[in-house]
Amino acid sequence: MVKMLFVLPLLIFASVTFAQCVGCPEEELDVGCESSEPCGDCFIQSLVAEDASNDAGGGIDLSWTIAVDVAIPDSMVLERLDSGGVWSPITTLQPADGRKTDSGLENGQQYSYRIVPFYGGIAEPASEAVSAVPSKQWIHTGRIWMLVILTLISIVVFYFIEQGKRGKELYIRRIAGLTAVEDAVGRATEMGRPVLYIPGIMDMDDIQTIASMVILGRVAMKTAEYGSPLLVPTCRSVVMSVAQEIVKESYIQVGRPDAYKRESINYITDDQFGYAAGVDGIMVRQKPAAIFMLGTFYAESLILAETGRSVGAIQIAGTAMPSQIPFFIAACDYTLIGEELFAASAYLSKEPKLLGSLRGQDMAKLFFMVIIVIGVLSATLGEAWAPAMKVADFLKQITSVE
Amino acid sequence: MNWTVIGIWLGALLSLSLYSFLYKDNPFYKFAEHLFVGMSAGYWVIYNIKNVLIPNWWNNLVPAEGGMQPIWLIPGALAFFMLLRIVPKLSSLSRMSLSLIVGTGAGLSMTAMLQTNALAQVNGTIIALGQGGGLLSWISNIIIVTGVVCGLVYFFFSKAHTGVVGGAANVGITVLMVAFGASFGYTVMARISLLIGQTQFLLFEWLPTMGINL
Repeated sequence: MVKMLFVLPLLIFASVTFAQCVGCPEEELDVGCESSEPCGDCFIQSLVAEDASNDAGGGIDLSWTIAVDVAIPDSMVLERLDSGGVWSPITTLQPADGRKTDSGLENGQQYSYRIVPFYGGIAEPASEAVSAVPSKQWIHTGRIWMLVILTLISIVVFYFIEQGKRGKELYIRRIAGLTAVEDAVGRATEMGRPVLYIPGIMDMDDIQTIASMVILGRVAMKTAEYGSPLLVPTCRSVVMSVAQEIVKESYIQVGRPDAYKRESINYITDDQFGYAAGVDGIMVRQKPAAIFMLGTFYAESLILAETGRSVGAIQIAGTAMPSQIPFFIAACDYTLIGEELFAASAYLSKEPKLLGSLRGQDMAKLFFMVIIVIGVLSATLGEAWAPAMKVADFLKQITSVE
Repeated sequence: MNWTVIGIWLGALLSLSLYSFLYKDNPFYKFAEHLFVGMSAGYWVIYNIKNVLIPNWWNNLVPAEGGMQPIWLIPGALAFFMLLRIVPKLSSLSRMSLSLIVGTGAGLSMTAMLQTNALAQVNGTIIALGQGGGLLSWISNIIIVTGVVCGLVYFFFSKAHTGVVGGAANVGITVLMVAFGASFGYTVMARISLLIGQTQFLLFEWLPTMGINL
């Protein structure tokens, strides 16, 4: 932990220094940045081509200025010199465009451009040709502050994880929806009906699905302890595979590997409403006593929640999709709102590592609150006192997203 | 044979079969559901082969200009490990693929979440309270800033919601509920327009095929 406190600032310093080097104008000139001389009686003045900044390569930014005392052309054609030495049109430009990015190019190869203005369908002399070489950048210079903030948050999170591991008691407030998990599984056991777990409709690269899988592990432990059947219909085949692994692991952990049924965790279809129709069918035929809907949901949320309610199941839902939370609040018994879904794994497991991580995230929220309050006060005062506005501008700059 | 009329009849009968679920589960709904699930599952298999597997993997492994790129055998092997789940003795190999997917997803989400859910929101909230001019702008800006700060307090998990923190959290959840209510109404309107569209199909496209013109 102590070593990390030394290493991380060094890493940030190295990144910032490298980023400054990547973004310096001298280096851009080295890769072929070129500007034409202003043309006295041409509509296009000083066409500039340069490697598109902060990209994965393959792009060249073109920008130009126009003459104010020359007639405006009807249209303009951007031409690129192809490998055979012939100028080929690549797109039509509007006189007022001012800039264009040519993408899908090969890194390290020089490309030349010119713009041909058309008056009444007749081509006038083209602007002077300019060239540039596309390249990729390892560091996005517009996101340096994000790296700094992310690193600071990571340090704080690691610090609290360390505290948790050392045995420091970490408090977590009561979250009603999660307290009800045990009751819901218990109810299903008493009624002799299954528990239905719906992990959303997105794949395993979605952070809400990942959070949902962690909670599934805890729910599976409860169903294994109580001996309730657990049904997990999935919308993605990879989610099905992960769910099978997690549930199997949970059943083994509580000493009930014999109760694990692989076929109860199945794939339905990738189609959103096909999945909703299939799960609705499971609800009305299997009549689960408890339904968990945790993960990413879209328009199918209300269809599922309403059907679940109609079969009399106790429903616990949770998602970070702002547009779907209202439907869950309206139709479910308990709803985990936004980040409560991500806090669930720590809450259910009470593992010091996860609780420490949660405390660290709270500190990050406090940090953002402080930035907001200082920023708003500075911006408000700044309308009458210029130095305060500089503080607000700085805070806007470090939180700007590119 | 008029295929357009057959298409309209199929669409209408399947729509009515699905709507029959509003009464209770019945054989018509079961038929429509199984048809829908089966056809969509088959459709997505072909879709993934044609739009994911071939362009993203096969065309890179064996480019059209000739030769073979062995590096693309690695994702091929990882995909093959997933298929090995059907062989119990080798199924553990699929964990390599799964851990790669989950790890990559979590890592990529970290920056995206910080960017969109934290920094962009903070940046948008740093405003001068008098921005826009007039009393209403002041009130509006104060509600925005107070709502965001109190909303953040609600999502504090390591502090009990009592005292000042509890008061702020209550303001936060109230603001959230007002926002959810507005979102609910807005989305219900969109759903009603979907229902109107389907009803119009039944009334003005299906019924005329039976000689009933409204």
